[in-house]
Amino acid sequence: MEEILEILKNNSRLNCEEIAVMLGKSAEEVKDTIKKLEDEGVIVGYNTLINWEKVNREMVTALIEVKVAPQRDKGFDKVADRIYRFPEVKACYLMSGGFDLTVIVEGKSIKQVASFVAEKLAPIESVLSTSTHFVLKKYKDDGVVFEKKEKDDREAIVL
Amino acid sequence: MNMNDMLSPTVKNMPPSGIRKYFDLLNEMKDAISLSVGEPDFVTPWNIREAGIFSLEKGQTHYSSNAGLIELRNEIAKYMDNRFGLKYDPKEEILVTVGASEAIDLALRALIVPGDEVIIPEPSFVAYKGCAMLTGAVPVIIELKAEDQFRLTPEALEKAITEKTKVVIIPFPNNPTGAIMTRKDIEGIVEVLKDKDVVVISDEIYAELTYEGEHVSIATYPEMKEKTLVINGFSKAFAMTGWRIGYACGHSCLIDSMKKIHQYAIMCAPTNAQHAAIEALRNSYDDVCMMVREYNRRRKLMVDGFRKAGLDCFEPLGAFYVFPCIKSTGMSSDQFCEKLLMEEKVLVVPGTAFGDCGAGFVRATYASSVENIIEAMKRIKRFVEKHRSLHI
Repeated sequence: MEEILEILKNNSRLNCEEIAVMLGKSAEEVKDTIKKLEDEGVIVGYNTLINWEKVNREMVTALIEVKVAPQRDKGFDKVADRIYRFPEVKACYLMSGGFDLTVIVEGKSIKQVASFVAEKLAPIESVLSTSTHFVLKKYKDDGVVFEKKEKDDREAIVL
Repeated sequence: MNMNDMLSPTVKNMPPSGIRKYFDLLNEMKDAISLSVGEPDFVTPWNIREAGIFSLEKGQTHYSSNAGLIELRNEIAKYMDNRFGLKYDPKEEILVTVGASEAIDLALRALIVPGDEVIIPEPSFVAYKGCAMLTGAVPVIIELKAEDQFRLTPEALEKAITEKTKVVIIPFPNNPTGAIMTRKDIEGIVEVLKDKDVVVISDEIYAELTYEGEHVSIATYPEMKEKTLVINGFSKAFAMTGWRIGYACGHSCLIDSMKKIHQYAIMCAPTNAQHAAIEALRNSYDDVCMMVREYNRRRKLMVDGFRKAGLDCFEPLGAFYVFPCIKSTGMSSDQFCEKLLMEEKVLVVPGTAFGDCGAGFVRATYASSVENIIEAMKRIKRFVEKHRSLHI
């Protein structure tokens, strides 16, 4: 089961037949296992990793450090829930250390992200403070380096 | 003066590589998929590269001791013990070389007197025969057979041994067949060799790439320990081909003689690569395991691909090669490779490059991405079906 995850993590476009061959299992077995992993919420989606800089599309990403006042009984979960439901929020993590939540926000422009922070995020009752950092360049995302690999143009190696 | 007349006849008579011409063709092709070069497609793990860079930053740009950095030899000793149950004294019994290839060359040069016989099972890595011939040895070839899963059998070995036999080369896991020797297979060989004055050169460069069961080194048998030289290196398991670090472990007497040649010819293995190798042994075993798991999946994909293409394909359990039989296509190994490259732009290597008994087989490596393998197997299937219908 873990090996299926390892395979899909690297390439979610492989089909059940191909994965089955790689694992020495039947395609049915693989299909069932994947279905089970989806049902259990282990596999939560199949995304495509895109380097938007290569496409002419305005896009800014910001990492926002948020300090919040935890609520009785609910801790941080309630306020996190209020925050991550916004579609602008791409990721939201509870942190140890000097602040409480990391919120990754994407928008079309700095202005749009700024207004999200000012109008949506900061006014939430338990949010004490925010500190917004804009991403200038993405070198690597989700384990993948964006820079194009150099072509292998070695002369013949004979062995 | 005619330079050609000045050359050593031994060197002149060495056959040129049988695969060179394909590489030249390949270089001019677009969209070709090469399954031909026996090296990992993975780049060396970053922590190892970083250790190499750091060593340069620290100014470790001088020679190391001839035998290699003692820290590295210590790590190799620990690794050989932990992984294979082999104990060697890092001071006397381990030599760091420029790739495992140098170790093969040194061992043969240290042992051979012209006329000595060297037993070489084939198909196998081309360097054994080449290096043996340079020493004036007489290569005695054992033809490994598909019906024996390309394993070395005690019977074949027994038959090949004569009074002149000095060395037996044991090349498993094997390039190009992917065959391995199980404990039982090795035991049969031990029975044949234990009472004979014959040195074993056990080339275990692919030991980590064993996909079923454990790699068994012949040197783990007490009666074989002293007369076996184990050769290994970083190229395959740690994806470090270009760093050129290998090593030999064996009897102090043999290691000492090899060291003599090494210090005249080479001095020492590259120092910064040795520092990188220390990092590899200390902190990269997880990467090795990750790569082995990945190779294993690709292996199954490729074997399945050849079988679905209708070719007989014995299941390789080691290294990163598949060695399918292409006799049913009616083509020779050479024709198969040339036509496959021209018609479908996939390069595999003719089995004959690894010995005459490789005729009727080709070698393909799965040290290539899953996407490449899937695409290459599609093309090979199309190719085989087309030619088989022409053949019948």
